[in-house]
Amino acid sequence: MSIAKLTVLLVGVVAVMCGGCGKHAESVTLAGSTAFAPFAEKLGGQFMAIHPGVRISVQGGGSTVGIQSAQQGKAQIGMADMVKLPPEADGLTAVVVARDGVAVIVNPANLVTNLSMSQVRDIFCGKIANWKSVGGKDALITVVSREAGSGTRSSFEQIVGNVKLTSGALVQDSNGSIRETVAGDSQAIGYLSHGLVNSKIKALIVDGVPCTVEAVVAGKYALVRPIFLLTKGAPKGATQAFIDFVLSESGQTQIRKDGLLPAK
Amino acid sequence: MRLSADKFAQYTFLGIACSAIASLMLIAVFSLKEGLPFILWYGPVEFLTSTNWNPQENQFGVGAMIVASLWVTAGAMLIGAPLGVAVAVFLSEFVPRPVMRVIKPAIELLAGIPSVVYGFIGMMVLAPLIRRHLGGPGLCILSAAIVLGIMVLPTVISISVDAIGAVPNSFREGALALGATRWQAVRMVVLKAARSGIVASIILGMGRAVGETMAVIMVAGNTPRLPHGLLEPVRTLTANIAIEMSAAIGRHREALFATGVVLFVVIMGLNSLAMAVMRRKGAR
Repeated sequence: MSIAKLTVLLVGVVAVMCGGCGKHAESVTLAGSTAFAPFAEKLGGQFMAIHPGVRISVQGGGSTVGIQSAQQGKAQIGMADMVKLPPEADGLTAVVVARDGVAVIVNPANLVTNLSMSQVRDIFCGKIANWKSVGGKDALITVVSREAGSGTRSSFEQIVGNVKLTSGALVQDSNGSIRETVAGDSQAIGYLSHGLVNSKIKALIVDGVPCTVEAVVAGKYALVRPIFLLTKGAPKGATQAFIDFVLSESGQTQIRKDGLLPAK
Repeated sequence: MRLSADKFAQYTFLGIACSAIASLMLIAVFSLKEGLPFILWYGPVEFLTSTNWNPQENQFGVGAMIVASLWVTAGAMLIGAPLGVAVAVFLSEFVPRPVMRVIKPAIELLAGIPSVVYGFIGMMVLAPLIRRHLGGPGLCILSAAIVLGIMVLPTVISISVDAIGAVPNSFREGALALGATRWQAVRMVVLKAARSGIVASIILGMGRAVGETMAVIMVAGNTPRLPHGLLEPVRTLTANIAIEMSAAIGRHREALFATGVVLFVVIMGLNSLAMAVMRRKGAR
């Protein structure tokens, strides 16, 4: 390749990289919860269409990172999906913008359809190790959990209460791989964001309540976590406008359409 | 004019070469700076030998993960090394040149397949097979060892082929002239002469196996517990860092850097071993 061609190529690459960094009057960065990040991105796109002067950028990283970024000012808005905000979030202004059910899932081949909360607890603690004890086949239970520090995991463990995860549990680092693992293993049990339940897995009825949008909205289904947007001090300017947009009628409708639950 | 252009190029490339060393130094210094205080605070012996990893309760023992990394790597080498060396011997001694010119690049192409693809195939195909026929959760030491064993093949094969190719033809001719069969010539003369290169290829492959992360996360199950059999899920050192990195703060984050220090030491050890073996070959 000649030097001239190489130069053209390099200039092209740089131009493409810089294409996205035009001048904007104001920019708002969101960071944190991977469960809410796709929603924030979509809502951000709609918001930018209405307010061309504002640039919304969304980063993942997990709830812990969301809290940290909001505290340190790396992001104007931190996203966290936890039942109870940890002490690290002290001093941040928190708004609930959506809620998310946590579905307890098994393989469709599993005979069990119904578990009580205490059975769920005993399974994840390793006290119940065979499906026979809860009405299934005589087969060992493969517990699948998220990694330490995951917002979904801490929500799940807090709502179920007193969960000390069995040392034999498989650990997967995303909702998607939890789903794949459970879909492929007839003895597995796991949990994930209810919006991600599909036909390859089966969501269990917990304490007699199925994991449906209706049951969660009605407040009957117990495994629900709020999704917080966190700001340092009261939000203002474009940050305030974006949070208002997320909470608006159209924002909430969008959230509901894509599988999360509205805030109220 | 000419001279100054030469000088310019010389210093430019010297600078680039030095930047490679500089980044190595930076990585070493940074991981040590972040990880060493934690190791000293937690206690080196406790950190390395305890098998309790429970960040939520401030238990940070990487013993189970060191063992897991060793098991998985050993398994991978048991599969990859004999297979790789056998293929290398076959390619360089028993296959006509034109055929080898097709097969060798194809094998090297294996090295270009992203590890996530190996992991995905392992997760979707291999793990269910193991679960169905051997029991256990399927995501286990055996799955990881098989996937890694295949992943190290390109490294082992291409370096071994080069080592065997470097053996002078007169060695083979000498053996054959003395009445050795082709196999005897290969086994008694060629393999002996190429031994250090072959050993180096295995050690470099081992380095790849220890350091591999993505594929291992997808097939090993990631349970931070001391394994008692090949069908049990394990978490390797690399997987530990990658899985918990995004959500770790404070002590937990430092503990992951400390895990990185352990990994760094292991891999540096393996690489210096490879270099020592290669140097011995040069001296002879």
